[in-house]
Amino acid sequence: MHRTGELYGQYKTLDQQKETATFGMWIFLVTEILFFGGLFLTYTINRHEFPTAFGIAGNMLDLNLGFGNTIVLIASSFTMAMSVWSAQTSRKKAIPVWLIATLALGSVFLGIKVVEYKQKFDHHLVPGYHFDVTYCSNNPSACGLSGKELEDERKEVREYIEAEKEYAKQLGLSDPSAGIAAVNAHAQLYFSLYFGMTGLHALHMIVGAGLLLWLIVQSLKGRFDANYNTPVENIGLYWHFVDIVWIFLFPLLYLINRHLA
Amino acid sequence: MSENGHHVVSPKIYATILAALLIGTFVTVQAAKIDLGPWNIVLAMTIAVIKMSLVILFFMHGKYSPRRTQLVIISGFFWLAIMLGLTLTDYKARHPEPSRVANPPAIVIDRA
Repeated sequence: MHRTGELYGQYKTLDQQKETATFGMWIFLVTEILFFGGLFLTYTINRHEFPTAFGIAGNMLDLNLGFGNTIVLIASSFTMAMSVWSAQTSRKKAIPVWLIATLALGSVFLGIKVVEYKQKFDHHLVPGYHFDVTYCSNNPSACGLSGKELEDERKEVREYIEAEKEYAKQLGLSDPSAGIAAVNAHAQLYFSLYFGMTGLHALHMIVGAGLLLWLIVQSLKGRFDANYNTPVENIGLYWHFVDIVWIFLFPLLYLINRHLA
Repeated sequence: MSENGHHVVSPKIYATILAALLIGTFVTVQAAKIDLGPWNIVLAMTIAVIKMSLVILFFMHGKYSPRRTQLVIISGFFWLAIMLGLTLTDYKARHPEPSRVANPPAIVIDRA
């Protein structure tokens, strides 16, 4: 990447040079689309296979935190777009301000994600030895569940266990723990995908935050203006891409079965 | 147009897109609470695709990019469609869906 905005020998004009960089950035983003696409595919097939387990598990996520995070991330995309605009119009003082706002919003997103992950550990919803989808209905005070919410969750989990028991009977299994074992196995699939997908997304956010830090330093040095703003533009593209991934993750992970809750 | 020939999208457009995205988020959450049967997922994905299109066209300047760049963007989704489409048709055609068969064949489940 050229650093000072001078014209390199292989290009005719600065415009062509910038277009080439943006073109390359988009090719990278296409590989990212396919990278996340594989996970979305895995999610689709598993959800199709275990719709009830995915519905129940999905309703165990905190909708308010997910909704709040969506708002925060969309706002950060706006501030990122504004820093690109500031650079394109040579508003040199405004560039770092918008970039810092973007970094701050990105950090809020990651902070909320940490709170959510912590909650999942507390609720025994992290795949592994301690995973127990019935933990919250058995220990409502530990999960802050009460009243109708608790009743609904208990009913949902109980009905699903019964359905799995019935299926186990059809298969000729008499083990009474077959129902709950199947429920936990399938719900773990959901939570594996939840942590895998949101984790990979969060990793992209962390990389984006690092890139933003670099941009902030460069913009404070006055590096970017109407003639040279390729890094702002291309890191902006990356940031918006990460936003788009979340635009799909949010409904798929948080909203799929809310109408049954 | 700025002095170097690149299209500059105005803050007014950015603010409009921001508002549209926030409204879309609100609508998708409210719609998810209504029972539409199999249409819940269709509606949620439609709203997500609209939101994505707004981000790509305006925030990412897709609308103002040269044709060559637009081709790259479209090709990305084309390849994604190949991956999703061909895998899912294969999955649908090959899979006997044992969980929905009335009398599934006896299988041995290894419960270690």
